[in-house]
Amino acid sequence: MLSVRNVCKTFNPGTVNEVRALRGVSVDLPAGAFLVILGGNGSGKSTLLNAVAGCFRLDEGEIHLGAHNVTRWPEHRRASLVGRVFQNPFTGSAPNMSVAENLALAARRGLPRRLGWAIPRRLLAELRDRVRELEMGLEDRLGNAIGSLSGGQRQALTLLMATWRRPDLLLLDEHTAALDPKSADQVLRVTEAIIKRHKLTTLMVTHSMSQAVNLGDRIVMMHKGNVAYRFAGADKQRLSVEDLLGRFEDLRRRELLDETAAALLEQTYV
Amino acid sequence: MNLLLGALTIGLILSLLALGIYISYRVFEIADITADGSLTLGASICAVLIVREVNPLLATLAGFAGGLAAGAVTGILQAKFRINALLSGILVMTGLYSVNLHVMGKSNVPLLSGTSFTSWAERLGHSWFGQPEVDVLGWLVSARDLVTLLGALAIVVAVGLGLYWFFRTELGTAMRAAGDNPQMIRALGVNVERYRIMGLALANGLVALSGALLAQNQGFADAQMGIGMVVWGLASVIIGDSLTGSRRPGLAIYGAVAGSVLFRLLVAIALRWGLNPNDLKLVTALFVFAALVLPQLLQRRARSAAAAGPRS
Repeated sequence: MLSVRNVCKTFNPGTVNEVRALRGVSVDLPAGAFLVILGGNGSGKSTLLNAVAGCFRLDEGEIHLGAHNVTRWPEHRRASLVGRVFQNPFTGSAPNMSVAENLALAARRGLPRRLGWAIPRRLLAELRDRVRELEMGLEDRLGNAIGSLSGGQRQALTLLMATWRRPDLLLLDEHTAALDPKSADQVLRVTEAIIKRHKLTTLMVTHSMSQAVNLGDRIVMMHKGNVAYRFAGADKQRLSVEDLLGRFEDLRRRELLDETAAALLEQTYV
Repeated sequence: MNLLLGALTIGLILSLLALGIYISYRVFEIADITADGSLTLGASICAVLIVREVNPLLATLAGFAGGLAAGAVTGILQAKFRINALLSGILVMTGLYSVNLHVMGKSNVPLLSGTSFTSWAERLGHSWFGQPEVDVLGWLVSARDLVTLLGALAIVVAVGLGLYWFFRTELGTAMRAAGDNPQMIRALGVNVERYRIMGLALANGLVALSGALLAQNQGFADAQMGIGMVVWGLASVIIGDSLTGSRRPGLAIYGAVAGSVLFRLLVAIALRWGLNPNDLKLVTALFVFAALVLPQLLQRRARSAAAAGPRS
């Protein structure tokens, strides 16, 4: 379904701010699979998600979605195949527009937008039903500006928007990281329910080890722009938070050793 | 009464300018100075065609089309060439000054010959009322001016309703979202750059339409007539905001129209009370400055009062 092949990306090349964010990353995701990408700050996990969403041009590598080679597709074109929930709950919806208008915009994802009414009556009825399924009491607030809702409510609605028309691939970019624990739990519950119901192929980025253990059927752990570990099938099922922490510590230790070696070499030869 | 009638008519005509500025300033959050050039462009295209005996409706629509093109150029400079929004507007406005002079062939085109909306109003007034002057609430007013006012009102209502309808369509809501949150609407499959070009084209089309009607109402097009018009439009939109207190499209459209009419009336009264016409642009600019700064000052004062509160 999703095939990321040897993807490289360097930001600000040739400057002091040069960052080699992705160094030949390959990831394959069959249809219906749920991949969790785990990693620390600067590991390249969000950059990988942005590469799949099409936020920038790749330096090298290819990205295939289903039968399409989408490597050169701009973000808005990829959106016909991809639904996305952002980390910041305020990024995923237009604050000055109503809840109903935001959802109606999502109902046309990947379809041409013409001069028909944005919210015809039959869509309004469907909006109410599907918002009711979130069980957040938002079905009576469809006319309110979405900016007046809480972060958790907006994030749940963004999730509904991203999946209104079944996407070939759902991207979740640390979508509970900015929420309070109670809202985060609620949004995660909704996330699981929607993914299960629509059997969605999902790629989720997180830095939470417990989310990585509890969600999804495979894990990719990233470090310094590379894939450090992959877990799937029975390995993934057996995995505990402690195991993941151990691997993470390994990576940290290796990095420190590298730095110590570099410092020693520098002292000796420079 | 004649003064009031004239002020209302010009206020209504300039409310189309305010609607254009509403689109660029409120929907896309750009103070698009292209308006200064596109107002004159609409006026000059319309005036030149009218002098050449073209039907005034066609001439007005041609002015509107000129504005569409000017706005599209500004949009393309921003979206395709990544030129700063303000600078794109300045470039197109400056270029339009020469374009307008070329269109008119000189700096001023009087509408002495040819048929304009004003001549239609005169004819209609004559056939409706049978005399050049009409009694309105005890005042005698020119039948032509009365019909012109009604005509301007009809056009503004039609454009306002059309815009309200447009902003509730699939295309129009996506355009509003492109201004409100480009990142979100891009993730929903909208080519934000294309919508920005369309939005600025529509905005400047309306500004040029306003210019075309203004030229017919005042009886001439002039190369200087657009100077400061974007500030005029901003003033109308800001007054409209405070009148309606809402940025939802329906009320905001109504607000921009009401703001324009009210602002024109205030200006007419100020001029009547002896305001030097030379000071008009300065006063307008100061008004917009105050309208932008006052809410911030009040907010800061309220915040510092709240911070001081618990201590006292």
